[in-house]
Amino acid sequence: MSQLRMSIWKNRYVYLLVLPTLAYFVIFKYVPIYGVSLAFKKFSYLKGITHSPWVGLENFREILVLPDFWRSVRNTVVLAGMRLVIFFPAPILLAILINEMRFKKFKAFTQTVYTFPHFLSWVVISGVMLDLLGGDGAVNAILQSLGFEGKNILVSNEHFRFFLVGSEVWKEAGWSTIIYLAALSGIDPTQYEAADIDGANRLQKIQIIVWPALIPAVSILLILFLGNVMNSTAGAGTETGFMQVLNLYNPAVYESADIIDTFVYRRTFFMGASFGTSTAIGLFKSVINCVLLFCANKFARHLGGNALI
Amino acid sequence: MSVRRYTATDYVLACFMGILALVIVLPFYNVIIRSFATPKAVNSQLFYLIPTSFDLSTYRYVFEKTDIARGLMNSTLVVLVGTSLNMFVTTTGAYALSRKKYPGKSLFMILIVITMLFDGGIIPFYMTVKGLGLINSFLAMILPASVDTFLLIILINHFRHLPPSLEESAHLDGANDVRILTSILLPVSKASVAAVGLFYAVARWNEWWLAMFFINNTDQHPLQLMLRELINSAASTLSMAASAARHSTVQTMPEIMQMAGVVITVVPIMCVYPLIQPYFARGVMVGAIKG
Repeated sequence: MSQLRMSIWKNRYVYLLVLPTLAYFVIFKYVPIYGVSLAFKKFSYLKGITHSPWVGLENFREILVLPDFWRSVRNTVVLAGMRLVIFFPAPILLAILINEMRFKKFKAFTQTVYTFPHFLSWVVISGVMLDLLGGDGAVNAILQSLGFEGKNILVSNEHFRFFLVGSEVWKEAGWSTIIYLAALSGIDPTQYEAADIDGANRLQKIQIIVWPALIPAVSILLILFLGNVMNSTAGAGTETGFMQVLNLYNPAVYESADIIDTFVYRRTFFMGASFGTSTAIGLFKSVINCVLLFCANKFARHLGGNALI
Repeated sequence: MSVRRYTATDYVLACFMGILALVIVLPFYNVIIRSFATPKAVNSQLFYLIPTSFDLSTYRYVFEKTDIARGLMNSTLVVLVGTSLNMFVTTTGAYALSRKKYPGKSLFMILIVITMLFDGGIIPFYMTVKGLGLINSFLAMILPASVDTFLLIILINHFRHLPPSLEESAHLDGANDVRILTSILLPVSKASVAAVGLFYAVARWNEWWLAMFFINNTDQHPLQLMLRELINSAASTLSMAASAARHSTVQTMPEIMQMAGVVITVVPIMCVYPLIQPYFARGVMVGAIKG
């Protein structure tokens, strides 16, 4: 016991230095996690979160009968699935293509371009895209002049989800290649030379050298991706999801694009819904998220990569 | 290694990658030249590609008639104060968490990593900040983004990989951890610390939703949030105009204002981008994922 005390005393400055960081995580990450208890309470301004009365599953009973709630659950799940199928593989493919490029200077230039949109906010991206892709936008005008039927994809429930996922690919795919390219730069060049001697063509080399080198990165990123695929305020998923949809959607496409987070936001701050029920909706999302995370972990293990847990 | 000749595949691939690059560059190019154009010039081309007019009146209008100038100032203040706080918390925290074993360290790390996967959601987060009495306070735009977990982990990894001999001699000389961090480790870590600082600065510049949630007074809003308002109002006038004049590419004033707003918001990022690009190209960011 005195040994522990001595060890703590010896490191007293380390504890002092870690204090601001810990304080941040406790206050802005763990207090909100504690606040999830609101999902089972009837919130009262006078009493605060801790002393508000428990109501059991009352809040859940209330939200489960809302049609807009189920619409947002459906949209969240469908969009998560589309992001998994379309967005997640995009940077892997892009990294393989970049890795295959042989003109060094041009390669560096294109990489610089692909990465740039990552550093802009969804507000800026919406300013660039909405105008270009709307019914009166330049893209539509060009399509019409080529004889195609003009469509305003921004108000079309049929197309809007593809626009969401596509704009995410446009913004983030280049940035996401970085980790894969780092993994590829670790490949021993003699492997390529040996494959050349054996007469392997490009596709074969991608299959036997490049892809195996990518698998560890793919599996760990898949876990992080699924862990965050529906999140709004945590970790790597911060920019997409809530931020993206809130800036790109409009009432005409609520039917296909209103996700749980945007629904909670509008419901609480513009329609005056109770904090308790809105927290319950958020918790509902977290539960789906957990299930996805454990599935991803299992899958990553199956893939032979690093599992997280 | 022998130099092989370029094959047809190489050229096809290069063309394809070039087209992809154009898909990213052209929308920005279009926005930039449109912001300097007159509505008439823009409407005369299907896709405004060749700048045929140069006109600064939109910018003059935006700066004189809207709050953009104030937004610029607010954003600058958020970047300066916010990034300073970020660097203070992140360097001290990263140093402490990179030290060899001490009681509680693994618990701290686990606590931090868990937050990368789970969060309380929008409403509990809102209630927390509200509970701290930060509604309408400048600090509401600053404190809730004090640490970025990814950047923290990058810096932890950086400190961990510095040669231990650096600090051992200082320990023998009786220097405490604060001294070791400030006068030994930080001076040799300038590049990494600068990179982390730039990433924070960009994130601060791009931040708008803390202000959207917590600041009601529009005079305090950062540039990004003002741009958001500009885009929303342009979109609504556009949908009104659209019903009146469908299938005509009408270039309206709010639209050009929106373009100017985008340019004003993006220019600082464009200036900083060449500075940060070498860092992530060299793989500074990769440590975070591997760690």
